[in-house]
Amino acid sequence: MKHGLTAATAAVLLLLTSTAHARVIEVVAGEGAQTRLQEALIVAEPGDVVMIGAGTFELTDGLSLDANGVTVRGLGMEQTILNFAGQVGAGEGLLVTGDDVVLRDFTVRDTRGDGIKSKAAHRIVYLSVRVDWTGEPRASNGAYGVYPVESEHVLIDGVIVRGASDAGIYVGQSRNIVVRDSMAVENVAGIEIENSYDADVHDNVATGNAGGILVFDLPGLPQQGGHAVRVFDNIIVNNMTPNFAPVGNIVASVPTGSGVIVMANRDVEIFDNLFEGNGTSNIMVTGYRYGAAPAGYSPLPARISAFDNIHGRTGFRPGLPGGAEMAAAIGGSLPPVLWDGSGSDISMRDGVAALSLGLADLSQPREAATPAPVDLATPVTWPRLPGVTLPASMEAAARVP
Amino acid sequence: MRQALTIIAALVIATVSLGARDDMRVNDAAITADALPPLLSDYGFFDDSPDRPSRTLIRYDLQTPLFSDYAVKTRFIYLPTGTRMTAHGEGLVEFPVGAAIIKSFAFRQPDGSLRTVETRVLLHRASGWVALPYIWRADGSDADLRLAGGRDRVSLVDDAGQARTISYAVPNRNQCRTCHQRDEVVMPIGPTLRTMISEQRLDDAIDAAPYDARAESVSAWRSNATDYSLDQRARAYLDANCAHCHNPHGSASNSGLFLEYMRPFGMAVGAWKRPVAAGRGSGALDYAIVPGDPAHSILLYRMRSTDPGVAMPELGRSLVHDEGAALIEQWIAAMPAATPPTGAAP
Repeated sequence: MKHGLTAATAAVLLLLTSTAHARVIEVVAGEGAQTRLQEALIVAEPGDVVMIGAGTFELTDGLSLDANGVTVRGLGMEQTILNFAGQVGAGEGLLVTGDDVVLRDFTVRDTRGDGIKSKAAHRIVYLSVRVDWTGEPRASNGAYGVYPVESEHVLIDGVIVRGASDAGIYVGQSRNIVVRDSMAVENVAGIEIENSYDADVHDNVATGNAGGILVFDLPGLPQQGGHAVRVFDNIIVNNMTPNFAPVGNIVASVPTGSGVIVMANRDVEIFDNLFEGNGTSNIMVTGYRYGAAPAGYSPLPARISAFDNIHGRTGFRPGLPGGAEMAAAIGGSLPPVLWDGSGSDISMRDGVAALSLGLADLSQPREAATPAPVDLATPVTWPRLPGVTLPASMEAAARVP
Repeated sequence: MRQALTIIAALVIATVSLGARDDMRVNDAAITADALPPLLSDYGFFDDSPDRPSRTLIRYDLQTPLFSDYAVKTRFIYLPTGTRMTAHGEGLVEFPVGAAIIKSFAFRQPDGSLRTVETRVLLHRASGWVALPYIWRADGSDADLRLAGGRDRVSLVDDAGQARTISYAVPNRNQCRTCHQRDEVVMPIGPTLRTMISEQRLDDAIDAAPYDARAESVSAWRSNATDYSLDQRARAYLDANCAHCHNPHGSASNSGLFLEYMRPFGMAVGAWKRPVAAGRGSGALDYAIVPGDPAHSILLYRMRSTDPGVAMPELGRSLVHDEGAALIEQWIAAMPAATPPTGAAP
């Protein structure tokens, strides 16, 4: 530990010299796990696999991977646990900045900040990894579970996140994104696609969050103008965990009991989802109502469509301010579709009731709302989204058993 | 003022340069070859002690340094024989291949002495810059490469004379990169014409018109207000301590919070800017900077935290920089108070 390269690394280096390519660097649990694992992540080269063994790895600092083309693999999310309960430094558990990285088959637990962040890490694959915070959901948990940002081509497949105090699965300022076959449980937001272009979010389960799936666009960021997002074939049920986000964050204003919220995006399709037990509403469409928008930012939703969704019980415990009064005024519960009244081309064709708050002007405060039923079943006059196709290398990585 | 600083810097340089042997040679191959030298002595930058740098090293100091737990830093540039630096554009300095930047971290001890803990080197190879951390042995005879970083207990005396003990974090090689990157390419951060204190030997090694470029020199953060305005000092502090990540090409590019010295004050610098991915780092506050109201400004909240996940900068700080935080508090408090830009409350 004191003297630079440890014996373990020396052994690793020897191992490396003995094979020509696609080497496997094994790291086992136990004494010095922090150093040995980090050294493996540093010496790994394109094509290498860092194989993390069984057991719980007690880690005190963030790990980072900067190399391209490396696979970091555990023996399974139940078998390989990276435990950050004793973390004293860094903003996340694992930071990836290399391209063509595959992360699979391990758990990241109890990080002080975000779980796994990947920044400008193009063609990254998150496969069967879990990020969780143990205990009851609380504001002191890290913000994001998996957190790819500023990346082109992102695949999140078979991931489980529980307990994030912001979004469990968060993709920000990226393009060409697939989030599928994943579970977001007891986070503030289950899955969030923010300031991103071209995303398919499908076949996921979002349950026990305050809000199930968010499609947001926020001002003041390098990439704005979120658009072309499809949310389909998801199960979005019982998102009733009281919002536990630290105040000040945008998600702190997500009403408990929200299914899907679309904010200030354009070209969003919501279809073939199952909604049930979301106490505020199932589908909510809104403009950005948090202050003046800087030049170049469009705060209004446009071309938002919903169709072929199944709507179970909803609206029975409105979590938005004034929601209970609104519900009382219209017969006891809020309908499956809520719209703030802003934006254009809002086409909700599920055959369920919709309520408009009548706040077309974004500077109007919520108190000025004039809630009234609205018919949004207008036909779509714009083309369907083509859907997302990922590079073949990523789909191939996802098929490796 | 600059004159005075120059004289002080010159005196410091004269003092630290005394011990090295005249025949000490830097090993150019160690800088340029592909290998990762396991020992700091492999380079020949120091003569068996952090206090005896090679005479070929050019010492430089920064107007406003990055705070690193009250570390006392000494910085050197090494240039291969017959090569020079060039300055271009916004005062950025270009180094020839074979150049190295050497920075040592020492901590003041209760008896007044300095204990050098770590020396970080940036090596300019044909393939680009490589950043490596070396940890000094207890007897000060040499320093060992520690690729994976790590932590050591270190005791120190802070600027106010108070004794402290910290868990000193040696960055791993990737973490070096976190701060030292610009559009994913590893770069030196500190040495620009705007930030380096002018000194004869340094200026002589740069092909430029340095004094012209220094018209926009970044202010020294601790200068008194008659030399630099409060705004200049605060912005210089943020530039040195935050802007290596918080710029459109840095590690915090996704935050939209950009704190470079030359950026006009506004939302991108934090005014009425809502947090994006701060999580609990927001401290239940709504804006990075609320003009006139430091207590409700996330920027200051995170500077005053030592909790990982909240504390900023994320790397290299385990103590609060009381003096720096006080400057930023004063700066925000002095801004004209106003109400948030129009728009409904959430």
